Amino acid sequence: MKSILPVLTVIGAILLFWIVCVPMMNMHLVADQAQRDELVVTPDTPAARQDYSGAGLVLRNTHLIPLTYTFVRPRLPSPHQVAGEMYDTIIDKKITSKRSLVYHGWVTLAPTLLGFLIGTGLGILLAVGIVYSRVMDKSVMPWAIVSQTIPILALAPMIIVVLGSMGIQGLFPKSIIAAYLSFFPVVVGMVKGLRSPDGMQLDLLRTYNASKSQGFWALRLPASAPYLFASLKIGISASLVGTIVAELPTGAKAGFGARMLVGDQYGQPLVSWAALFAAALTAAALVGLFSLIERITLKRMGMAAT
Amino acid sequence: MIVLYAILIWAAGWWLNVKLANGPQSENPIVKVLIPAIFGITVVIVWELLVRGFDVNPVILPAPSSIGARLMVEGPRLWADFQQTIIKGAMTGYIIGGLAAFGVAILADRSDFLTRGILPVGGFMAALPIVGTAPIFVKWLGSDWESKAAVVAVMVFFPILVNTVAGLKDTSAMQRDLMRTYGAGYWPTLFKLRLPAAMPFIFNGLKIATTLALIGAIVAEFFGSPTVGMGFRISTSFGQLALDMVWAEIVIAALAGSAFYGAMTLIEKRVTFWHPSQR
Repeated sequence: MKSILPVLTVIGAILLFWIVCVPMMNMHLVADQAQRDELVVTPDTPAARQDYSGAGLVLRNTHLIPLTYTFVRPRLPSPHQVAGEMYDTIIDKKITSKRSLVYHGWVTLAPTLLGFLIGTGLGILLAVGIVYSRVMDKSVMPWAIVSQTIPILALAPMIIVVLGSMGIQGLFPKSIIAAYLSFFPVVVGMVKGLRSPDGMQLDLLRTYNASKSQGFWALRLPASAPYLFASLKIGISASLVGTIVAELPTGAKAGFGARMLVGDQYGQPLVSWAALFAAALTAAALVGLFSLIERITLKRMGMAAT
Repeated sequence: MIVLYAILIWAAGWWLNVKLANGPQSENPIVKVLIPAIFGITVVIVWELLVRGFDVNPVILPAPSSIGARLMVEGPRLWADFQQTIIKGAMTGYIIGGLAAFGVAILADRSDFLTRGILPVGGFMAALPIVGTAPIFVKWLGSDWESKAAVVAVMVFFPILVNTVAGLKDTSAMQRDLMRTYGAGYWPTLFKLRLPAAMPFIFNGLKIATTLALIGAIVAEFFGSPTVGMGFRISTSFGQLALDMVWAEIVIAALAGSAFYGAMTLIEKRVTFWHPSQR
């Protein structure tokens, strides 16, 4: 609770920086428009204005500053424009509308969640295998780490097209990329978590004459919970990034990624920015949700963080 | 028939690894490298055999041998792409983003208030889909490597920032008191005690950022690039259905990524030799 004020201050500083940047980024465009509207602009030809930086032009045309905040096709939209666009497309539009961000959000969210489930499931299985089999540990683990240096995001669009040509379309191809990205953090976290019980605890189980499976269910699995949750939080945001990038250059018609691209190609920056922020909000909500589940679960397991 | 060979080779490789991993020599450093190597080679051979055995269309999955051939033939072009994307785009962005994060972290560190504000906000920003800003930066800075460097810089900024800020807090009150009894001011304490103590954290951030840098640079090229660069090559080769070229770029990217990560780990070992995790 004590950190609310500092956090608000930092967010305020970022907003202030943004607001200060708006006139400088947009002034060239606004000055061109103002000239067409027969307002006074110094210097008065577009070519002469090219010699000035954004800041220099702002200082010479202070009377145009208010216009930079309401310009329709800005290079950098002002915060209230983005907020307005988001309000318009999230709350005002019907969910079924093609312009509703709720609709596009669901198109992105569904493959994210499916992929996350697949990735987490496989990740936990592989982690169990690695912990219990020396061969897996020694042969697979190094490659799991190397696999992370493959920029899978760069391949996401190709994977979608290849699967599309094989007749697999829609939700599933995007889920594969989401699954791949959430897979690794879960493997690493779970391996660490399953190995976290120390020698003393393992010895105690041995004195109880516990079997291997009892040792797994009663000690290793519960002990891995905090590690698992830390991984889940990383994995879910990675999944979302994967889905969005998978949508970006593949000609997807719906989803956050498609919206970002549409806004870019049809000269509607506000659409892109609203989609970007909506994606960020979704990611934040997902991570927040997992933090909440984490807190409740760990508390009930008697492992609440202090 | 070939499929049968594939299964046999898989079984043989696995059997060899089981022997090696459970044998008396399993802690030998050579064996430790040998086991994953055998696994990797087995996968590649099985891949080659399966592609031939099932007569897989090279548009879907090319054989490792044709990827290797591409790597040999297209050397100069791959080198040009590597320079454009990794050296100019990713490295420049990595250095700019890292230095900026470092500077902000030291500024923020002077006030406990700012530290408490920056940690949650930075951690939050690090989880967001920042790659999505790529089209915006390409529009602002043009399609050459500058826009890629900008995307990379923003992407690596937050993980490095959060880790550095957290690291700078990682000294005990006793250690700081000792510095005070020596009469050390803020800067000597920073350079002699807190920065060295923060190094494990800083390297953690730097290592996370290595893969982010590559991804950012390649993905940003999908939104506009000169006619050179790994992202450009991947998307155009894909358009021409030259999947072996796409895979050749992937191999280069994976090698570059591993080398970058490995280099960071090596530097970390030299710098934080005192840390328990390195002993």
